[in-house]
Amino acid sequence: MTKLLHHLGLYFIMMKKVISIPEKWSVFRKQLVLEIEKVGLNSVGLVIILSFFVGAVISIQTAFNMSSPLLPSYLVGLASRDSLILEFSPTMISLILAGKVGSSIASEIGSMRVTEQIDALEIMGINSASFLIFPKIIAAIFFFPFLIILSMGIGIIGAWVGGLSADVATADFIGGLKYEFNPFYITYAVIKTVFFAFIISSVSAYYGYHTKGGAIAVGKSSTTAVVSSSILILLFNYLLTDIILS
Amino acid sequence: MIEVRNIEKHFGNNYVLKNVSFIFEKGKTNLIIGESGSGKTTLIKILIGLHKIDSGAVLFDGINFNAIKTKEQRILRQEIGMLFQAGALYDSMTVEENIMFPLSMFTDKTEEEKLNRVNFCLKRVNLEGKNNLLPAELSGGMTKRVAIARAIVMQPKYLLCDEPNSGLDPKTAIIIDNLIQEITKEYNITTIVNTHDMNSVMEIGENIAFINHGEIWWSGNKDELLNSENTELNNFVFASKLFKRLKQEDEKC
Ligand SMILES: Nc1ncnc2c1ncn2[C@@H]1O[C@H](COP(=O)(O)OP(=O)(O)OP(=O)(O)O)[C@@H](O)[C@H]1O
Ligand SMILES: [Mg+2]
Repeated sequence: MTKLLHHLGLYFIMMKKVISIPEKWSVFRKQLVLEIEKVGLNSVGLVIILSFFVGAVISIQTAFNMSSPLLPSYLVGLASRDSLILEFSPTMISLILAGKVGSSIASEIGSMRVTEQIDALEIMGINSASFLIFPKIIAAIFFFPFLIILSMGIGIIGAWVGGLSADVATADFIGGLKYEFNPFYITYAVIKTVFFAFIISSVSAYYGYHTKGGAIAVGKSSTTAVVSSSILILLFNYLLTDIILS
Repeated sequence: MIEVRNIEKHFGNNYVLKNVSFIFEKGKTNLIIGESGSGKTTLIKILIGLHKIDSGAVLFDGINFNAIKTKEQRILRQEIGMLFQAGALYDSMTVEENIMFPLSMFTDKTEEEKLNRVNFCLKRVNLEGKNNLLPAELSGGMTKRVAIARAIVMQPKYLLCDEPNSGLDPKTAIIIDNLIQEITKEYNITTIVNTHDMNSVMEIGENIAFINHGEIWWSGNKDELLNSENTELNNFVFASKLFKRLKQEDEKC
């Protein structure tokens, strides 16, 4: 418990340093572009593949479990839509990004710590926390929602393809997609994603920034970063769902 | 001039520095020598505020580093060039970007002016044309030289070097040592070099502080060092057969 409070304290001290006006906008812009590439663009492929196949499996399974002729066939489209938009895209994809992006943030910053690159920034008179971490957080907060919306789109295409293979007619599928569609669901997913993006980038950066020791310590930080941000995502998912949907 | 006054520092119950006072003079290469683990790196990191001190003061030309605001510390730090034990080059940036980085961060120079300055510094450390290499593609000696170029690009008033020639062959080590000394004279700056390499002590030692058991045990210049009667210092200086022999021959004639 005291350890948790200790981490929490250090985390907030670090965040206070992180959130400050960049010293040089031109340098910040350059960093931001690099980070958007590292944090976001490099994950597009993964998100597309995952979402397509998960979408397909969801619709096949829904179709398979609804063999009763009493159930309308548009249910496949409806169920796929809701599970993709409400849970799979924002939460599952965020968990996967916690693994991919979180570990890369923690190990990048961690190895800069152990090779004294962060000290080198500090002694040049640069606020290293802000310089390294702020662009990552901004990149994640702005780019993750796009990834999630992309995931929804691709997931639905996957669900349609999966549905075809399970003999769900396209017209029925589309009917299901439109059935009582509430656009707020997307807003809800985006709100969750923004929280998750902040958690992944700041928590991973925290563990990287506080790495102590050598190469082994870097590996440990990146594992801890992934585990902690995943747990926090699940926790916040529960809290946010409770708050927003009730 | 950098002055330290009554510095105390401990990690847990390891009392690393005890009541250390010393004046590092301007225009000279000031050396901190001592065994591995004696606290050399700790002292240099204290100077630039990477380690907090328990008590005492660090003064840069009279300004007490620990008494000024973080903002002012950052500004003062822009006048300090630091060479880390392992170079600490930013490994996502090329040689050119590494050296240019402080300029982009703190000056409003145009791209052309910045590039000119970078090339000047690269030439100064004999690495002309190596602009586009990445740190991973450099040898140990080249890494150190790029790090020196980065440390001097802002024309610092203070240059701190932590073991600038560790891991280098004797010839390259001397080149680095001489480069540091030339830069010190050329720009009349306060240079502090950590080392346990007796070759470099004899090469560039103008004002030497010997740290032993966390205290300044002895200080003086390189000639005084050779003739000192201090037992611990002699044990350190003449630990190698080569230096022992030199001293014996010296005494014979
Ligand atoms: N961050 C730290 N936390 C705890 N102890 C430390 C830390 N840094 C250094 N020490 C301890 O302080 C003592 C002095 O270490 P320091 O790195 O200053 O030695 P050094 O003289 O630079 O040695 P070397 O020549 O091997 O580089 C050592 O006993 C070391 O264990
Ligand atoms: Mg050292």
